[in-house]
This record gives sequence, C-alpha cells and structure tokens, in this order.
Amino acid sequence: MKNFAYFRPTTPEQAVALLEARWGNTEMLAGGTDLLTLQKQYIAQPARVVSLNAIGGLKTIAVGERSASIGAGVTLATISSHADLRRLFPALTMAASEIGGPQIRNMGTLGGNLCQRNRCWYFRDEHSPCLLRGGNSCSAIEGENKYHAIFTQNHRCVIASPSTLATGLIALGASAEVLGPQNRRRNVELAKFYTAPVGPNDREHSLAANELVTSVTIPVRGLNSAAYEVRQRQASDWPIVQVAVAFSGGRNGEKATGVRIVLGQVSPTPLLSETAARALEGRPINEANATAAGRAAVEGAKPLGQNGYKIRLVEVAVKRALMLAAGLPRYWEA
Amino acid sequence: MIELETTEAGPSRRQFLQGTGAAVTATALTGFAASDTPAAELQPGGGGQVPAVGPGAAKITLNVNGRDVQTSVEPRVTLLDALRNYLDVTGCKRVCDRATCGACTVMLDGKVVYSCTMLAIEAQGKAIRTAESLYNDGKADAIPVAFARTDAQQCGFCTPGFVVAMKAVLEANPQATPAEVERGLQGNICRCGTYEQMRDAIYSLCNTKRV
Repeated sequence: MKNFAYFRPTTPEQAVALLEARWGNTEMLAGGTDLLTLQKQYIAQPARVVSLNAIGGLKTIAVGERSASIGAGVTLATISSHADLRRLFPALTMAASEIGGPQIRNMGTLGGNLCQRNRCWYFRDEHSPCLLRGGNSCSAIEGENKYHAIFTQNHRCVIASPSTLATGLIALGASAEVLGPQNRRRNVELAKFYTAPVGPNDREHSLAANELVTSVTIPVRGLNSAAYEVRQRQASDWPIVQVAVAFSGGRNGEKATGVRIVLGQVSPTPLLSETAARALEGRPINEANATAAGRAAVEGAKPLGQNGYKIRLVEVAVKRALMLAAGLPRYWEA
Repeated sequence: MIELETTEAGPSRRQFLQGTGAAVTATALTGFAASDTPAAELQPGGGGQVPAVGPGAAKITLNVNGRDVQTSVEPRVTLLDALRNYLDVTGCKRVCDRATCGACTVMLDGKVVYSCTMLAIEAQGKAIRTAESLYNDGKADAIPVAFARTDAQQCGFCTPGFVVAMKAVLEANPQATPAEVERGLQGNICRCGTYEQMRDAIYSLCNTKRV
C-alpha cells in the first residue's frame, strides 16, 4: 500500500474541507473494507486519507412518523438489527443482514456500502486494461464476464452495480443528504444518485469528489417491501443477482399500487424496472402475477458472452422478492 | 518493489536512507519529504484546523488484551500488522489480507472485525482482544478446549480467528443456539475443511446433543 497522510476530522464540514475537487489524491475512509483492499491492490493510491470515523453526527438513527434518517456512518450490523428499521423497511434490513459476514457488517457503513467501487475483476487487477483506470478498452466485454451486466445497452463499461442496500433504498423512495464545500447541502433521490462510469475520473455515483453523504432519509409510507438475493455462497460474497421490491397493499387479494422493482448486479447502476412495475401495478400479488413481473423485468436484457444465465435468475428473484414482500409462502424453502 | 516494514527493533528504510545521506533520494522515491512536513502544506482543500498524521510514523496507543501498549507506525499499517510485527501479538494470522478469510479476526469492543482491513491508528481507544485473551492464568477458555477435544483443527492457521469469532457470539449471548453460533462464523474460512469437527465443538459448547 502506498503511504499517505491521515486526517481525522470531527465534523462533516471539516471532512469536506479536506477533500479535493478531483478523485484520486484524497479518499474518504469509513469502514475501510473496500478502500484498504483497493489500496493494497494499488487500484486506489491516495496521498491523503480522510477518516470519517470520529464524526459522531454520522452515526445516528432517527425514526420519525413521516421519515427515518440513518447516518452514513451507521454500521451494517446496526442497521440489520435495528427493530424499527426491520419493521418499517424490510427491503433494507434483509439486504443488510446478508452482507459479507459479521466482521464486514461490524465494520462496513451505510455510506460506504452505497459508494463502494464495483467488483469487476479487471478493474481490480492493476495489470488489466480497464476504462475506469485510464485504459482504452474494457477487458470484460469480450473477456471473462459471467458476473457482469446483462443490461449493457449503450454501456462501454459493463460493471454490475455492487451495493445491495441501494436497491432496497431506491425501492423505498429514499434520498441521500449530501454536504459539499461552503456548507452547500443537497438532497438526492437515490434513484438518481447512480451513474454509469466510463473513465478514470468517474465513480459509480454522481457525487462530486468533494462531497460527502451524511445521511439517508427514507419516507415512512407503510410499504410492503423485501429483498431477495441469488447467491453462489451463503455468506461472505456479493450476490449474483439481487432484487428489491416495495408497494402499497398487494396482500390478500388487494391491489398493489406504487410498485417499485429494483434490480441489482445486472447493470452498471441499480435498475429501476419500469416494465416490471407496469406488469404488476393495480394487481394483487400472487404467484402468477409475480411470475409475470419477473418476465417483464428482463425485457430488453442484452447479456454478454458468459452471463445469459442471469436472465433466468432475475426472473426468479423478482418473483420471490414480491412473494416475500406480500407475505406469501416461500415455496422454494419447502 | 519490496517495502520494508518499519519496526521498533531495527532501523527503518527511512532512517537507513537518511543515515547514508540519501534523504533527497528518499523524497524522490516516496513523493514525500523525509522530514516532517507541516500538516497545513499537505492540505490543498483547506481544513487547516485538522492536523495530518504521517505519512511518517506516528506514536499510537492500543489497548490489547487489557493492556495499554505503545508503538510507532505509519498511517498505512494495518491493525493486524501492528499487532503481529510491532507488538508481537501473533495469535491473529495474516492469510488473505483482503477481508475475506477471517484468520485475522479480533474483537474490538466485543465486536469481531478483520484486523487486516483496519488501520492500526483507527483502533486507538478501543478494547482489542485477540486469541491470546482466551488463555489466562495457565487456563484455556472453554472454546479452545472444545476445539482440542473435538479435533476441530488441522493445520490450525484459521483456528484463532474461528475461536475469537465464536467467543464474540457466546459472550454476547451465552444462550446462543448452534445455528446462531454458526452464523457468527460466516466471515471465517477453514481451508482444511474441519467444519464438521467445529460443529461438534459448537454443539458441546451449546450443551446441545448433535443429531
């Protein structure tokens, strides 16, 4: 790991003042589970590291009647075991409890999970050509791409969005509170937070390099929600496909409205599937309707050479996430 | 490039280079002045009120197994390397060094973390416990004893990580079920595959008969 100067601010404003307008020379450190690994691989080589871990204000959870706010520094373990969050936002807490193992959940934070770098093995191998590290071509498009995107239209870089909390939060209509220089605050819907990167000056999200996510706000709307992952290993890994869903009603023959179906690990950004939502809007959630929504979710998919199998996984994951959120029997566990 | 670790015992690369009159070369190689650069000069974005630590070595105090110990490390030194290479606490093992295998598992204020993926400087002010804390006054804790009785290790390199992870679960909830203990081991890997014997150890620790 390249050596660096270490800063430990105690307020978000101090932290932002330490950041730079361009990515690369200065990095933010929260749980460290992504950054330190990138540094050891020489993918990240910051000369300055700004620790966010002494900023008390980033570690609070406030649950109100109309919305809940979770500090960006709250750990995944705290989110997954928080009684109110579990009751109100299963799509979030179900995903949080499946991330990594206990060590990762004790270290990793909400902000870090949302802003983590992608898992493409060419990106993470300093010797492979990669657009995101300044190369002229993407090694994955014609290479080993079984874990990459299947919605690849118009994408020169075919990473799969890695965050499993982003999907649930987008389904629940959450937004990020962002602090920038000169105390400039803005609120970004998470549905608009992510962007597909194409070069070394891009990240997987739309934050400027000198902006900090301080918290995430989730409206309390009494939605039914759930997240479902298709995994190769039960623990300590990212899922191959993940789906989060949220809707009003939908149970016991009641119509589902405001349906949001978000696909993870299938495109460079979390994908809010309008075709899937349309297939289900105004219908009750049952196995047949959930199956139809799964089929609609994969419309337009354009997989790469090795990942056509993900299409079927998305269909099934959409169906199961919907059935979980509607409280229907888990036929797959029988 | 092989990077030498700075240790308390031997001369560091930087001291060595300075000693041979090569301080200028050191600056060119590392991109940093070998002498202590005032923190403010390193801060293009302002924030001058927050002091920089490093890139040179800085004194840190860690509370390891109930004892405050001091050493001097560069900011990039991980908790694992500080424990093993600077403080001679070698129960935690370096295997993957990428937050995956769990051999480096230690408890921080009672919660398990991967010490390979945490900066030593960030572990200050926390109670760090390693596998060594499970051996007191010539007596081993029930968990390592159960491991030995059930032959739950082969090469043994992953064992301290598993033992610490198991201790964290059972300390937080002494009534934990075998399934709950197993869930607490999700972040640890045994390359020899002694999981079945570990299950025997878990059932004996939970006073549950394995069927």
